[in-house]
Amino acid sequence: MISQSAGTLAIGIVIFAGLLLTLFTLLYKRFPFYFRNILAFMRVRRAASLVVEDGTRLHVSIGSANLLTPAAASALAGLAIIRHLGEVTSLSDHPPVTTTGSATLNLLAQDTLRTAHEAVATEQAFDMNNGRLAGLTPLSYVAGVMPTIRDEKISTNVIIGNFGPEVGLLTEAADRQKTPIIAASDSLPAQAVLYVATQEPLIGEELFAAGAYTQSGPGHAASLLVQDVLRWLIILALIGGALLKVAGLP
Amino acid sequence: MRRIFPIINAVVAIGAGLIVLIGYFADLQGMMEFRLLLFQWAVIVGGVAVLVGIWNLFSVHLQKIRAKKPGSIYSLVLLFFLLLTLFLLYFPLMLQSIVSDDLAQVNTVSTVNTIILDGIIIPVEVSLMAVLAVTLIVSAIRMLRTRADLPAIVFLATAFLTLFGIALRSFLGQIPVIGDLARSQFITDVLALGGARGILIGVALGTLTTSLRILLGIDRPYGGK
Repeated sequence: MISQSAGTLAIGIVIFAGLLLTLFTLLYKRFPFYFRNILAFMRVRRAASLVVEDGTRLHVSIGSANLLTPAAASALAGLAIIRHLGEVTSLSDHPPVTTTGSATLNLLAQDTLRTAHEAVATEQAFDMNNGRLAGLTPLSYVAGVMPTIRDEKISTNVIIGNFGPEVGLLTEAADRQKTPIIAASDSLPAQAVLYVATQEPLIGEELFAAGAYTQSGPGHAASLLVQDVLRWLIILALIGGALLKVAGLP
Repeated sequence: MRRIFPIINAVVAIGAGLIVLIGYFADLQGMMEFRLLLFQWAVIVGGVAVLVGIWNLFSVHLQKIRAKKPGSIYSLVLLFFLLLTLFLLYFPLMLQSIVSDDLAQVNTVSTVNTIILDGIIIPVEVSLMAVLAVTLIVSAIRMLRTRADLPAIVFLATAFLTLFGIALRSFLGQIPVIGDLARSQFITDVLALGGARGILIGVALGTLTTSLRILLGIDRPYGGK
């Protein structure tokens, strides 16, 4: 249990953010928002449209986050990508393949793939083995994903979720196959590795923009706007706090 | 029924999420117990999910062997050692539980377990980390070739300075100005820490809005259209 004042402030922020999210979602149809271009997400959209034509498949890896920890949010952002790519490419001969490093996350990934498959309503039967548990520790997971990158006629790898610096081995495996890789992680060491190892690195909260840039649903777009509003409030609070400290006020 | 199930799923998921959230901030009567109960259920479901996950791993590699896909020999090796490990770990336990009347006395950490963990898994994972170190150096050199823009050069220069600063701190300490810079850890404690905090605030805001989308039923990772 956290202290009462901190708890009150935190619940206030959550309620405020929830109200803003609802408001912006409702306003989206009348006043659609426009966001800057992020090259990595443009690549994802392009790759999805090419898959149906060239008979290759997409590989989406969403990390090894435990669903009972805050790191699960990054995996949930990855699930939004799986849903979108599953719907767009389910009509192809080779539906997308997902890899995870957590058993519970694997169930969610399989279910998301199945839902996307049913949404397109293809006659082709859904194969549960397209959602794969690659390993249960970070390094065994990476070792399990590398053969998928190498052997499955992958045209693009989308790696979004909770990874550590071991993600560098995945970027290297993709580079050896000369397949593009779009990667993002919520962990700072992994972001540093990805900055070095990928062409268009996604830094910080850009990971959570995946849904808004690929699905462009009102809820996802509104959540980006809420993030911006909250970020400005935090900046103002930090500057205000610094000024108060300089002025010698408590 | 196909339309009712997603609604029930959403109601249960959102309800459980709200209870856990409120229980975290407010000390209401019975809320803590119910929250803990939900966590216990989640842990049990997680345990069962591991079994399902291992079956998935087995099934994927069996499919690969049957289809004679490239690299199926590795799948064969994996399945062989998966079954062997299961046998080596559980056979002694089964024998012990048959011989011993008191199940609490059964030694769950067998010698085989220690050998597999300390002699095989940990050394292999450590060697993978060593490969990673080399991979990162190669990636850094490659980055200069493919993306030689200002941020990339600043990034590499900072990494180089920081690493050499740490390694040579005792030697640089004697040189005026440079020694003071190396001791002050200005790059790691001020610049890098400030940047890291900024990125972490962004990640925290992303986490908050992602969670709110699920609590409001906008995102449904548990299925549903």
